[in-house]
Amino acid sequence: MSILVQVIVGGLLLGAVYALFSSGLTLIWGMMNVINFAHGDFVMLGMYVAFVVWTLLGVGPFVGAPIAALVLATLGVIVYFGLIRSVMKGPMLAQILGTFGLALLLRYSVFWGFGANFQTLPENLVGGTFDVLGIRIQASRLLAGAVALLVTLGLHLLLTRTSLGSKMLAVAEDATAAQLMGIRPDSMQAIAWAIAAGATGIAGALIATFFYIAPTVGETLGIVAFVTVSLGGFGSVPGALVAGLLIGVIESVSAYSIGAVYKDIVVYSLFLCFLWFRPQGLMGKS
Amino acid sequence: MRRLLWPSVALALVIAYPLWFSTPFQQRLGALVLLYAIAASAWNIIGGYAGQVSVGHVVFFGCGAYAAMGAYAHFGWSPLVGIPAGIVLSVAIAAVIGVPTLRLSGHYFSMATIALAELVRLIVSNTDYLGAAVGLSGPTVPRNLFDLSFTSALPYYYLFLAVLLITLGITWWMAESRMGFYLRAIKDSERAARSLGAPASRTKLHAFILSAGLTSVAGALYAMMFGFVDPESGLGILISVKMLIMAALGGAGLLFGPLVGAAILVPLEEISNNLLGGKGAGLTFVVYGAIIVIIARFQPGGILTLIKRIWAISDKAAKAAVAEGATHAP
Repeated sequence: MSILVQVIVGGLLLGAVYALFSSGLTLIWGMMNVINFAHGDFVMLGMYVAFVVWTLLGVGPFVGAPIAALVLATLGVIVYFGLIRSVMKGPMLAQILGTFGLALLLRYSVFWGFGANFQTLPENLVGGTFDVLGIRIQASRLLAGAVALLVTLGLHLLLTRTSLGSKMLAVAEDATAAQLMGIRPDSMQAIAWAIAAGATGIAGALIATFFYIAPTVGETLGIVAFVTVSLGGFGSVPGALVAGLLIGVIESVSAYSIGAVYKDIVVYSLFLCFLWFRPQGLMGKS
Repeated sequence: MRRLLWPSVALALVIAYPLWFSTPFQQRLGALVLLYAIAASAWNIIGGYAGQVSVGHVVFFGCGAYAAMGAYAHFGWSPLVGIPAGIVLSVAIAAVIGVPTLRLSGHYFSMATIALAELVRLIVSNTDYLGAAVGLSGPTVPRNLFDLSFTSALPYYYLFLAVLLITLGITWWMAESRMGFYLRAIKDSERAARSLGAPASRTKLHAFILSAGLTSVAGALYAMMFGFVDPESGLGILISVKMLIMAALGGAGLLFGPLVGAAILVPLEEISNNLLGGKGAGLTFVVYGAIIVIIARFQPGGILTLIKRIWAISDKAAKAAVAEGATHAP
């Protein structure tokens, strides 16, 4: 019994990180109807930034996460002005090709620079393991889950409670009307890309403390983000949070009960079933 | 007649290619170009003509490859027998995945196909009947002609050429038929096409099914030429990527676009792999990624669209010059 609880808690903590990077994807999708196929690779870059920070400076995620957020946010703005702004107006093919090409470019540049080998950060970089009410928890996972949860909630508050958030929602609603009200759609969309990419940076740096680091990890994490966003409903950060936690739990319970190889199979099958029966997601309106 | 002139010259050159360039490397390169052109042309039907970007076409490629090798490995039949089985399987999968996703916006279709591709790869990698991570092998020594196992690439070259011509013929016929007109209308504006009575979901589904069936033939041919299939070579996401990028580079939604794309990218990949060895694989895909980004950013229509535009401009200039000459004539 306590093992199952432990598995579920582990899933929730991982799910919070899923929620964090997926809310970046859902923000961009909701605001400008663009799917970033490079989203998982942004998370992968965040992991490598944390890895490089540790190798060069010997410090853990408390320094790594802010640096990763900054690096990725900068990349997000560059990607927005360099690529997204023009492909947004083009045909669907251009949008998907653009971000998909970006994914390949990032993935194989890292592959070329760092090699295909799996890297890991030292296991005890963030504390060790400890017991709470008979449940063993790794400190690194607890830190990652807690910080991810806080940042996701902060992101939700930013979008719903601040004037910046209102401006961004106005642009999402109707960019032309927002422009007439004196809001610059261009700046708002660039900010959205900075926030979304920054979130993947933090998520990557957090997850790097206990996950394997490899150039191809972005592919798996990208699909996790697609599943989360489809499940949570398009453009909804609370939806992404609930869906992220749910997927984290489903993954770790299926890894525990059927075997680690099958956890992705379960999640992907669930996603395809969902598209059949409830394509608008858990919380979306039909 | 002028319309047929260039294609016939090109066809004559393609038929003559392996006679001029007769080293094994060159013949193999030619065969690979044609093979990828078949796969990319098949992708072009749903991705180019219908404008629905499938990132999971490798599933159908894998169906064909596994069916061909499975026919030999499990039953001792010629891999040829697997081709119809692969087509049936691909069509069934395309229908199951296409019915829900083609009703939704194009993003869902792309995401669903990418998840499908990963799902199938993971399942096959863990299924012993399909050889798990090792894969399945074809006949090592051909028993008769029907095993289609040759040491030289030359027979494959002409086999692939014949299949490519059939694929292009089917694509051309589809583009000229009512279905082609519906697809063009849907691609321009699905809402407008629907309101004028075009059965959008059904037409897209038919295009997806046709595309899936042809892709599985390409997969079967690939497995026959290489004599084996494993999860990486038959179901790896990078094969989807290659189909997509070749069609897009040449010109998605144009009959000869995928062929032009394959003729540029296959030699590029083979040569860079030869020059750089294992390390080259990573660099090749960095270049692939950069090319895709550049096409998307600057010329989503691909090379053939660019050439057409340049021709149109020079045509106009030529006509203007003629007109000017006429006014100045005494």
